[in-house]
Amino acid sequence: MAYHLQRVLRPAAGYRWLSARIEASGPARTLFTGTERQTKTVLFGCRMCGQCTLPVTGYVCPMGCPKELRNGPCGGVGADGSCEVYPEQRCVWVDAYDRAAGAGRAGDLRLLHRPVDHRRWGQSSWLNYWQGRDEELWTGDASPGLGQRPGANT
Amino acid sequence: MSLRERLASGSFAVTAEISPPRGASTEKITAAAASLRDWVDAVNVTDNQGSNVRLASWAGSLAVMAAGLEPVMQMTCRDRNRIALQSDLLGASALGIRNILVMTGDHPKFGDHPGARPVFDLDSVQLLWALRTMRDQHVLLSGRRLDPAPDCFLGAVENPFAPPVEFRAERLGKKVAAGAQFVQTQFVFDVPAFARWMTQVRDLGLHERCGILAGVGAVRSVRALEYMRDKVPGVEVPDDVFRRLRAAPPDKHAAEGVKLAAEIVQQVAEIPGVAGVHLLVAGNEQAVPGILENAGSRETRWADGR
Repeated sequence: MAYHLQRVLRPAAGYRWLSARIEASGPARTLFTGTERQTKTVLFGCRMCGQCTLPVTGYVCPMGCPKELRNGPCGGVGADGSCEVYPEQRCVWVDAYDRAAGAGRAGDLRLLHRPVDHRRWGQSSWLNYWQGRDEELWTGDASPGLGQRPGANT
Repeated sequence: MSLRERLASGSFAVTAEISPPRGASTEKITAAAASLRDWVDAVNVTDNQGSNVRLASWAGSLAVMAAGLEPVMQMTCRDRNRIALQSDLLGASALGIRNILVMTGDHPKFGDHPGARPVFDLDSVQLLWALRTMRDQHVLLSGRRLDPAPDCFLGAVENPFAPPVEFRAERLGKKVAAGAQFVQTQFVFDVPAFARWMTQVRDLGLHERCGILAGVGAVRSVRALEYMRDKVPGVEVPDDVFRRLRAAPPDKHAAEGVKLAAEIVQQVAEIPGVAGVHLLVAGNEQAVPGILENAGSRETRWADGR
């Protein structure tokens, strides 16, 4: 289901126009961001990092990992798939792998995720996505170097 | 011969591990390094292992160098953000520390300051990627240029046994893509499981781009083994190992542990693509000669270059 939505919601001109209008208005932006927060918190345990990886992590939020690993899982996963920090929880990356593999998307887990931009916490990742600000979040090719992402940390 | 040269030469590499003390002296590190100098290519200096405060890894690495052994400075993402980590690499490189082992690090919850803020600003893949970029492209994460760029040989860790097991070789692949030139694995007790992981590693061609060092530990007692199984994240100990240790009289447990480690060294050395072993003996450095002597009794691989 989520993978279908992914195709429908690709940043087309219409979404870019709409998201620009929403960003231009304070109340609309607040309302839109609040809707995203409500929806994604319920569905995915979203933490509102503002730079969403869900489409390539089997729709499991990596920010739910106690170490917030964007390139997980760590080496401490229990034999039963439990989190080393909170053993009563399942490792989010074990879930991510299972769900992505179940959808034929295990290859997504090979992507390299860039560091989180901590200025974006609390922002709407949907607006960031439609505005094209999320294009460099992950890559399959690490060769250009991490310090050469256009606009990174500036 | 440096660790980098050893791995490039294709001869069997051996590394070990030293835990810095809880105190403001490098005396114990110097003694441990001196006892290991003739046996290993390089020695890891841990970075506040298990989230317990110890003497800094860079300082321990300098003490190891002064004792005539090559250090592998461990660097975790637990306590420092991207600014401090990049700065640490510049400092280490300027002081002559070449080998840097990057890991995410244990959560503070497991250590002596469980209330500490976990940093994890970068993860291990991102840190490798950042350090490699500093070295090769001469730029920081910010894009600012470095002059001069650091020189370093980058290492990573991997646990071949933790779920999702079928993804573990791929995860090493991510680290190699990011910049890892060698990897040290979690304790290998289950050799067949390790061999299965190595098959995947070879299928991905990772052993040709990254020196694979199998982690081998010598246990001193059944209690130490239980601790490892129950308290160290990500370590699995097969029941066979317990049975074998329990079958020996208690005063022979340490000797049996050394014998077992030597056998595992021999077994992993036969697996294609394994470049060497990493002896996880922190605090038990005196076990190293015994392990290597036992393992090398029928072979001369330890003799070359020494």
